[in-house]
Amino acid sequence: MNLEQANRRLCMRLALIALGMFGFGFALVPFYGQICAALGVNSLTQRDSVSNTQIDASRTVTIELDSNTHDLPWRFRPLVNHLQVHPGELATVEYEIVNQRAAPVTGQAVPSYGPQFAGEYFKKLECFCFTQQTLAPGETRRMPVTFVVDPKLPRDVNTITVSYTFFEVAGRGGKS
Amino acid sequence: MSAVIDHDHAHGHHDHHGGYGGIMRWITTTNHKDIGTLYLWFSFLMFGVGGIMAVVIRAELFSPGLQFVNPDFFNQLTTMHGLIMIFGAIMPAFVGFANWQIPMMIGAPDMAFARLNNWSFWLLPFAATLLALSFLMPGGAPGVGWTMYAPLTVQMGMGMDFTIFAVHLLGMSSILGAINIITTILNLRAPGMTLLRMPLFVWTWLITAYLLLAVMPVLAGAVTMTLTDRHFGTTFFNAAGGGDPVLYQHIFWFFGHPEVYVVALPAFGVISQVIPAFSRKPLFGYASMVYATSAIAILSFIVWAHHMYTTGIPVSGQLFFMYATILIAVPTGVKVFNWVATMWKGSLSFETPMLFALGFLFMFTLGGFTGLVLALVPVDIQLQDTYYVVAHFHYVMVAGALFAAFAGIYFWLPKWTGKMYDETLGKIHFWLTLVFLNMIFFVQHFLGLAGMPRRIPDYPLMFETWNKISSLGAFGMGLAQLLFLYIVVKCIRSGAPAPQKPWEGADSLEWTHLPTPVPYHSFETPPVLH
Ligand code: HEM
Ligand SMILES: [Cu+2]
Repeated sequence: MNLEQANRRLCMRLALIALGMFGFGFALVPFYGQICAALGVNSLTQRDSVSNTQIDASRTVTIELDSNTHDLPWRFRPLVNHLQVHPGELATVEYEIVNQRAAPVTGQAVPSYGPQFAGEYFKKLECFCFTQQTLAPGETRRMPVTFVVDPKLPRDVNTITVSYTFFEVAGRGGKS
Repeated sequence: MSAVIDHDHAHGHHDHHGGYGGIMRWITTTNHKDIGTLYLWFSFLMFGVGGIMAVVIRAELFSPGLQFVNPDFFNQLTTMHGLIMIFGAIMPAFVGFANWQIPMMIGAPDMAFARLNNWSFWLLPFAATLLALSFLMPGGAPGVGWTMYAPLTVQMGMGMDFTIFAVHLLGMSSILGAINIITTILNLRAPGMTLLRMPLFVWTWLITAYLLLAVMPVLAGAVTMTLTDRHFGTTFFNAAGGGDPVLYQHIFWFFGHPEVYVVALPAFGVISQVIPAFSRKPLFGYASMVYATSAIAILSFIVWAHHMYTTGIPVSGQLFFMYATILIAVPTGVKVFNWVATMWKGSLSFETPMLFALGFLFMFTLGGFTGLVLALVPVDIQLQDTYYVVAHFHYVMVAGALFAAFAGIYFWLPKWTGKMYDETLGKIHFWLTLVFLNMIFFVQHFLGLAGMPRRIPDYPLMFETWNKISSLGAFGMGLAQLLFLYIVVKCIRSGAPAPQKPWEGADSLEWTHLPTPVPYHSFETPPVLH
């Protein structure tokens, strides 16, 4: 094999490595998806399972409810702003959204918690954030969130703020 | 003494190469020395542009409150300063060294793919133009930081798209360059130049080229995902569609940490040539240097999340990345030890290249130590995104990589041009740069520890004194680099003729087997090695 052929062969191999690494970058996406699923992190919009619902009546936790929309022509609010629950007690709150646009719009709600680590003790059994919501023009919808605060919540946490933000899902019945 | 000298050095002109004269010569050239020169001048130009941006940033930060630029434009400047310095100044500078030096150091006539080489370079001006154009777009250049984190990147104006395409071109250029360098080193060595006889500069570039090949495509993937999120309805990083902005950070830093070694390893290579030459002793622990370089490269793939301690990764993850990061200090320590041991009982002299190498040695090590401080999870949670981080990475990139580049320029300039630079001016350039650099960045440690955030155009009054010192240092640093330009131009135009081997202790092939200045074509018949 002469030098030129050897060079060309090596060049091809190296180019293949580069191409493979480009693919690897994209392969990281499902890979991280799997890792998150396996480790149970980043499961914000998934149903939690609750096994032990022993109510701890010795403690009361204040749940503060907050709502936001991100670039979305919706009015979105909780029907109560805060409530008190005992850890382990099943509770339901309601939210209301109104589509103010003259066109159907699809949105997805993403929750966030304050303090951040309280999220893993706030177990959602039912939530409008589990699915995307499509609203007809002018439609009003009331939606429940059913939850349990895990009794393992550290004792120094007396208040959990639950904040939902609705994002528009592009390309589905709205501007894209 | 192989090559036939095909042009007239006495006139100091470079016409008649490759058939074209003037500008066409540079556009069509496939000669590794020409292309090395192009890379180096391009890099210097970008260093100037990025430097002007830095001076504007520091002018704004001279006093609290808003003086010269609005916060939006401030963010754009910070972003472009970072991108231009890393991809436009430091990386092309070392590719320039690679082009000039690798063929000469291994006894090859040129790079393996000469025309591809021309392409790798000429992609860069297009990338730089795209970056510059982004300022003219509605909304201006992206103000997202050089890390280009989602979700901000998904919300930016058109300037972001220009930046994304620029990053594509820069990545393409690096990948082509890497392929060329690996092929040259593996296939074009002179008979007898075994891998373990190669100068360390060549070794560090071989490893760097593999790093580039592994991580530049991943960066290209990350910005491509940003692009499709912006325009084609994908939701890689968009929470509403099931994506996750933190995913971007994982992908980016998988590129990002090896990237810091793409910058650092060739710098290690230059230092490993300069220190032995001015110690008049061979490099101490050559083989351990090769192994340490490889170990650093491999470890650099498993430390990326030390940039992400505060993103909510589990404690076990934080611990893993903390220990892995600290582990890198071991091979890095081996290198520093070997450089010091090379000087031990050597007969040292302190010409400008050696001064810059010693500056590198002290200050890169300091930057490494602050890196170790940042690697500690509880400390980093406090210091992340403060000026302490800014101080850290400028010690490794400016006092490290840039000092190594200066050392290399002063070291090889006589060989390349056939003329000596002005030693006195060179030394003045070194001392000015050293003093101003520490004036800029040392005080930023204090600012960071006191809690001043990075990427911010305004700050509370209590930070004023240190910021003033830092800004004054920046103005001085800028002026000192004009002196550097003057020294280089003076050397090329009217330097005294240089001997074949101006540095007594230098022993690689370009010194021992080639005349000064090196002929346009060298080693067309391979050198005979003993
Ligand atoms: C060798 C050359 C090096 C370069 C060019 C470099 C560059 C950088 C840069 C640019 C950042 C800022 C990231 C950001 O935008 O937030 C950074 C942060 C960091 N570096 Fe380095 N670094 C180098 C060496 C090291 C070493 C030796 C260590 C530790 C052993 C280290 C540990 C870190 C850590 C932990 C951070 C994260 C700081 C934070 O995000 O708060 N680095 N480095
Ligand atoms: Cu890193």
